[in-house]
Amino acid sequence: MQATFRIWRSKAAEGGGFVDYPTEVSEGMVVLDAVHQIQADQAPDLACRWNCKAGKCGSCSAEINGRPKLMCMTRLNTLDLTQPVTVEPMRTFPLMKDLVTDVSWNFRVKPTIKKFTPRKPDAADGTWRMAQRDADRVQEFRKCIECFLCQDVCHVLRDHDKHDEFIGPRFFTYSAALEMHPLDSADRLRDLKDTHGIGYCNITKCCTKVCPEHIHITDNAIIPLKERVVDRFYDPVTRLLRVFSGGRAT
Amino acid sequence: MSVAQAYTYDVLIVGAGGAGLRAAIEAAGQGVTVGLICKSLLGKAHTVMAEGGMAAAMGHNDDRDNWKVHFADTMRGGQYVNNWRMAEIHAKEAPDRVRELESYGAVFDRTPDGRINQRNFGGHRYPRLAHVGDRTGLELIRTLQDHTVHLGVTVHMEFTVVELLLDDGHVSGVLAYDRERGRFHTFAAKAVVLATGGVGRAFKITSNSWEGTGDGHGLAYRAGAELIDMEFVQFHPTGMVWPPSVRGILVTEGVRGEGGVLRNSEGRRFMFDDIPDNYKPQTASDPEEGWRYTQGDKSARRPPELLTRDHVARCINREVKAGRGSPHGGVFLDIAWIKEKLPDAAAHIRRKLPSMYHQFKELADLDITTTPMEVGPTTHYIMGGIKVHADTQESSIPGLFAAGECAAGINGANRLGGNSLSDLIVFGKRAGEYAAAHARTRGAARLDDGAVTRAIGAALAPFERGDGGENPYKVQQDLQETMQSLVGIVRTETEMQSALVALQGLRDRASRAGVSGHREYHNGWHTALDLRNLMDVSEAITRSAIERKESRGGHFREDFPDKAAEFSTCNVMTQRQADGSMRVSRVTLPALPAELATVIDEQKT
Repeated sequence: MQATFRIWRSKAAEGGGFVDYPTEVSEGMVVLDAVHQIQADQAPDLACRWNCKAGKCGSCSAEINGRPKLMCMTRLNTLDLTQPVTVEPMRTFPLMKDLVTDVSWNFRVKPTIKKFTPRKPDAADGTWRMAQRDADRVQEFRKCIECFLCQDVCHVLRDHDKHDEFIGPRFFTYSAALEMHPLDSADRLRDLKDTHGIGYCNITKCCTKVCPEHIHITDNAIIPLKERVVDRFYDPVTRLLRVFSGGRAT
Repeated sequence: MSVAQAYTYDVLIVGAGGAGLRAAIEAAGQGVTVGLICKSLLGKAHTVMAEGGMAAAMGHNDDRDNWKVHFADTMRGGQYVNNWRMAEIHAKEAPDRVRELESYGAVFDRTPDGRINQRNFGGHRYPRLAHVGDRTGLELIRTLQDHTVHLGVTVHMEFTVVELLLDDGHVSGVLAYDRERGRFHTFAAKAVVLATGGVGRAFKITSNSWEGTGDGHGLAYRAGAELIDMEFVQFHPTGMVWPPSVRGILVTEGVRGEGGVLRNSEGRRFMFDDIPDNYKPQTASDPEEGWRYTQGDKSARRPPELLTRDHVARCINREVKAGRGSPHGGVFLDIAWIKEKLPDAAAHIRRKLPSMYHQFKELADLDITTTPMEVGPTTHYIMGGIKVHADTQESSIPGLFAAGECAAGINGANRLGGNSLSDLIVFGKRAGEYAAAHARTRGAARLDDGAVTRAIGAALAPFERGDGGENPYKVQQDLQETMQSLVGIVRTETEMQSALVALQGLRDRASRAGVSGHREYHNGWHTALDLRNLMDVSEAITRSAIERKESRGGHFREDFPDKAAEFSTCNVMTQRQADGSMRVSRVTLPALPAELATVIDEQKT
């Protein structure tokens, strides 16, 4: 059976546009298979970023029929193939070419978050002890494959371009993984409030909806971080204590 | 020909999977300048796909475990053609390397008393694999990546190396292009560490990501380095077989470690039918004992599903060929059956094997908690690669180091599951350490402008041929078909000789590959350049496999189905000759010291 893929192509002069590629499809195929087939048969220079083709590396993020998804995990039988399937690059990031975007901003943000700082080892042999239930809590966040679909869909970045003041859901999840790490002893709350812009998030949960790893980004990472920030900096009782203790109770 | 940018480092690392990142951390810690080149974005390397865990004899789950048992297991798994010194170093140092990851922030699954939990795996006598569910590779790479970004290492993402540069026989740097713009860059370095991973993309059915094109193998080979053991390719027994587009994607051995069993179309647990003599004393005598083993009963022996990968893969192959396979040409892997044994088995499976649950649900529309999976062998790993010094990881070219899958020696004829991730961190660290020490002894590296110009010319040749040239994607597909059907899991002299003829034809076509358009992020051009490495490794695999006229580990010859004494003491080596031809020779294994021979004997019972 044939299906048509309407793929975004960059064209240096006129800025780019959609090109229709009809191609043969078969049972079990995913969108990335179709893109590969089109590369091999019709458009060798079509730019597409991918690695594992198993939903584990987070390279092949795109917008398929307008929805942010991994191309390798989007099966064709979940799409209406009587209509052309549109495949576009993520819109929040600058376009490099065709389906490939410049996501380097994310790699610049990460080092601005205070690194993991373990407490002193628990045992004489220099090792630590932790309970599985404590490990479980951060393992949810550590499942993140850094596909940046959450960043792509977040309106603070997508519509308001707050890239300089706001680190986005991926890095709130990363901050949460560190803040809730059973061994970590660093404090990131002031950074979250002042430079990482957690206040901009108004909990629309778009990030959670698109996460291919099904991480509860809003409920389990962002809201607890917001609560910690509020408790620290805006709680009236704490502020009162701070007045009496000469500012030390932070 | 113009170079966009010229970079200079003390140590340059090519590849940012587990080995490359660990090498970068170590070299940076030695106070030298470090550059790191990766073909993809940082954190996407094939390491991310490792599932089961990393082997280290910490003895948390069974205090009978120690480095000696791990060493003996590794040697037995490798059928005794391993480099004994690498196996010894690996077994001794893996525990410290794993604990170090915890100090970098890794969060492993825990034992009830809060230590790192260890799981059973094929060929390992005791539970030995530190793990995080079934996404251990992601945990490893993210931990190393997040640690590295605070160390002052300069990372060049989406850069591909096309040539190693030498100065008077010593490595002096590399030439690379960036994917984004297609510009060329030179990197001068006093020491270079290759950590480029494997060659799975030479085969049609593979668990490897697109990057597994044998870049380090090919670069080192063309620069004149020695490769060994290239005939030893690991076909992992359990890859997905359906739907066709996901054929080859890995199904972790952890499924069997958690109690999953293999059955043929008649419902028979065929693995009980063929247990090699040297594994009989350690293998369960019935399904009940096997089940108890997977549930941590220390008096039980392991089920035959957890025999070494080469053996399990061949047994599956045999069932399929005998007509007892599953509907899509595999066999059944059943974890759902454990509901007979455990209350709330479905939740247990989802917790222990979350990625597998997810992978089958999304890609095959199958619920592994209720339905058996269909699985079959998939090209997974190459034991062979760049011959290195066991302690320093330096290759036969001064200043060129290699670590991880692209280096050879530790695994012999067959790698045990879980030994790869620990190999990355043990020998990645050593490569970084010795490369940094080496760099300190060297003056500034000099690049040969003539060699740079020639390499740029060769890399741009596909554009000159344009659309009239061979389609690089088609050449790659045909190469994969050739290797899959003629140099795969069961080999014969006749088929491999015809593979050599076919490879020559493919080499000619690859040299005529053409592309048109601009250089910016041109996947067709990238594919054309990858072909050179794929051709070299494919030829090395085939010639080495012809040379080894016996069956051992991952290398199975239908015409020589048994082990032969003359091959038990040698590695097959391939090296490029001045005239461009490939020389195949046998090199004698280093002699095993008496005390290690004793260790092996003690563990044979």
